[in-house]
Amino acid sequence: MNKHKVVIPIGPQHPALKEPESFSVTLSGEKIMAFSARLGYNHRGIEKACEERTYLQDIYLTERICGICSHTHSTAFVQAVEEIAGIVIPQRASYIRTIIGELERIHSHLLWLGVAAHEVGFDTLLMYTWRDREIVMDILAQVTGNRVNYGCNTIGGVRRDIDPSQIKDMLKAIDALEDRTKYYIDIATKETTLIERLSGVGKLSKKDAVTLGAVGPTGRASAVDRDVRRDDPYAAYDKLKFKVVTDDHCDVYGRALVRVGELMESYKILRQALKDMPEGPLTVKAPRKIPAGEATSRYEAPRGECFHYVKSNGTDKPERVKVRAPTLANVQTVAKMLEDGQLADLPIVIAAIDPCFSCTDRITLIKRDGSRSAKRMTWDELHTYSIDWYRKKGLNFAGLNEKLKKRI
Amino acid sequence: MTQEDVLQNLVKKFPFLDGKIRAPRARRIFVDDITASFDEVFDYATGDLEFSILLTITGMDEGEKITIAYHVARIDGNILTIKKSTPKNDPVIKTITPKFFGADIYERELVDLLGVRVEGLPDGNRYPLPDDWPKGEFPLRKDWKKPAKSEEGKPNE
Repeated sequence: MNKHKVVIPIGPQHPALKEPESFSVTLSGEKIMAFSARLGYNHRGIEKACEERTYLQDIYLTERICGICSHTHSTAFVQAVEEIAGIVIPQRASYIRTIIGELERIHSHLLWLGVAAHEVGFDTLLMYTWRDREIVMDILAQVTGNRVNYGCNTIGGVRRDIDPSQIKDMLKAIDALEDRTKYYIDIATKETTLIERLSGVGKLSKKDAVTLGAVGPTGRASAVDRDVRRDDPYAAYDKLKFKVVTDDHCDVYGRALVRVGELMESYKILRQALKDMPEGPLTVKAPRKIPAGEATSRYEAPRGECFHYVKSNGTDKPERVKVRAPTLANVQTVAKMLEDGQLADLPIVIAAIDPCFSCTDRITLIKRDGSRSAKRMTWDELHTYSIDWYRKKGLNFAGLNEKLKKRI
Repeated sequence: MTQEDVLQNLVKKFPFLDGKIRAPRARRIFVDDITASFDEVFDYATGDLEFSILLTITGMDEGEKITIAYHVARIDGNILTIKKSTPKNDPVIKTITPKFFGADIYERELVDLLGVRVEGLPDGNRYPLPDDWPKGEFPLRKDWKKPAKSEEGKPNE
């Protein structure tokens, strides 16, 4: 039967993929017989680069490992360094780390919901979720000064406080987001086309999920009850009450349910954290040189467990920094999920583990052809400009925006 | 099983571990380099003591030798880091893929970045370096030097 098999390369550059990875799919007809992945197209040598820089510089470097889970990596890194140096961060700082972390989870899960909807041809849902994601992006921008790469962590605490007016805005935004998420849960549990499209696709049994080491929502949707926030609490999670959302559908549908369920838990965590956050200092003094030692640190990223190992040698630069991001653990489950699947299911199955890609844009410099001068455009100007640009083309979103503003 | 139980069990079963095992904080256990008896300790920890989740494998260049740290976790949040080493002039280790299927990607990192030979590693694509990466260049080794930037590598202005 071998002669009827066809091998199709997908990637490293492919319209169905959002970032470079190369997959090779062996097909018999439309059915997937074998699947292999060639990773490493995004390898930038960050672990080596960390060894050549100081701990303080490494915070910003690790933050740039991922554009979506930026707070994840910088927190996992500083936690390890603080542990080696024996630094206990102030309570308020641990709450702020938790708050930024949960806001990050919300923006990441809403982004995923949009991508997943797009991959199954439900673009209306993509537009809705990404519009609503702007609510949390605006909050993140207001609190940290940036939409991603928040620069919030430092060794010994956090760099920015959250003031009462920001708390007020955040609570309002959480209400609006919760309202919208309830609507998405309604869609996910009632909309037949979506349920039918996602059910039974990308099956991963609990046994396989455990053997292959699936983490985060990918594992939890296969009934693997693991969450670092509960099992190995960091930041302020040991003081907060929340449920670990699991599901036993073991398919893409289950992964969607887990993620929308986690959104609701995130709102709960945020409300508690904003209410209980104690007053006090933001940082304790940290030495420039970190004593020799080693530490391991875990963080529940939106995509699952993120692991950092740091070894120090008494200087101001680390001896070794090792990072295991959640996607590396999850990508190994994809081959199993695709076994006996259809080629047409490949994009959504890959998207369902939520492999990460980055996006950020704050200030745009505009240069006209032939002119040497550059005009600086702020975020608000860019926003207004884009609305006007569409209005001139006959598309008016003003009504929608007004409706949304009333909610916030 | 608490962290204290794990420590006691390990020392009771392997008396030579006494003094080589550290628990710097709750849920963290480190075992120093125990190359000679690594296999039995690792099997016991990942089997009887249920450290069944492989977090990752870290390779480190420590001058004369390359140290490999295996990070495994229990479902209750305890993490065990256990190390072995291999001489740098001919680094060889045995694969753990029969026990941890997902370990192959971490072992391939050791192959590409530190030049460790992994016996029994199943065939597969290399990771993470590009296919045309020069032979014998292992970037995570401490004595590795970045190649000088070529003329084309300079940014155009």
